[in-house]
Amino acid sequence: MGIFAITGKIIKSIAYPSEMVPSIEEDDGHHHFDPVTEHESAKLGMWLFLATELLLFGGLFAAYAIYRAKYPEMFMDGSKSLDVVLGSVNTVILIFSSLTVAIAVKAIQENRIRLVKVMLWVTIICAAIFAVNKYFEYTYKFSKGIFPGTDIFYSIYFAATGVHMLHVFIGMAVLGILLRKVYKGKYNKENYTAIEIGGLYWHLVDLIWIYLFPLLYLVG
Amino acid sequence: MDNHGSYKSLINIWLFLMFLTVITVGAAQFDFGILNVPIALFIASIKAGVVAYHFMHLKHEDGLTWIYATYPIFLLFLLISFTATDMFSRVIN
Repeated sequence: MGIFAITGKIIKSIAYPSEMVPSIEEDDGHHHFDPVTEHESAKLGMWLFLATELLLFGGLFAAYAIYRAKYPEMFMDGSKSLDVVLGSVNTVILIFSSLTVAIAVKAIQENRIRLVKVMLWVTIICAAIFAVNKYFEYTYKFSKGIFPGTDIFYSIYFAATGVHMLHVFIGMAVLGILLRKVYKGKYNKENYTAIEIGGLYWHLVDLIWIYLFPLLYLVG
Repeated sequence: MDNHGSYKSLINIWLFLMFLTVITVGAAQFDFGILNVPIALFIASIKAGVVAYHFMHLKHEDGLTWIYATYPIFLLFLLISFTATDMFSRVIN
């Protein structure tokens, strides 16, 4: 299929959505012709989205690499001023929340709905604790008169952790919606695609932090 | 639909990640000079790899998903290396 044909299809699907998409009476998760194909395509789509997410942070990583090489002393001093203990605690919390999401995905595949609920709750609570820690870190910096514009290190620090924080909030919202639908009994071992790709998103939040933590807090 | 590992193996993977986190913080207490960043990135990449391979089920995925998962790393490399080449090859900064 040529590029024009694809573009035409996309425009058509935006202009006449009802013609392109099979009508969905109720969100039962089985509105594709073939559930297995739907499951695989949804996962592949999520991986493609995660690729764009990585490149969103890529710009910040590029800025970090260049300014670190240009002003090493500034990055040394800036990095030393960050709270390694709080950063480490947040790392442990986020990796633990990755485990709980992985268990939730495993549990829904076995129809253990109660375990799914507990694990999703724990994940959301972990995300909330992460956010509270970050709030204390930010307000402590502000109280010492350090703001995003103080120097290039803090600009990158606030931009990178801020964009990451935004992802934590979006992740909390996604997991919250999933949890609500779990309570409504929408998911089971035949239909868990949404939980699996929601989990993939949450793991990405963890992956980004795995790089941000040593680069910002430790490599001083 | 496929079934992924056991709960015990998931917890073992988490323990391994915790171990690597301790190594990350521990390694940062020593000054390796110019190797500081490469060592930190190396450990972080092992952790990221473990999360992607086990938690994100990459070990059960097909070739196409692997391409989707790995090609942005190449793009990231291009982004950073070409920007750096530009910035550091200028006569006037």
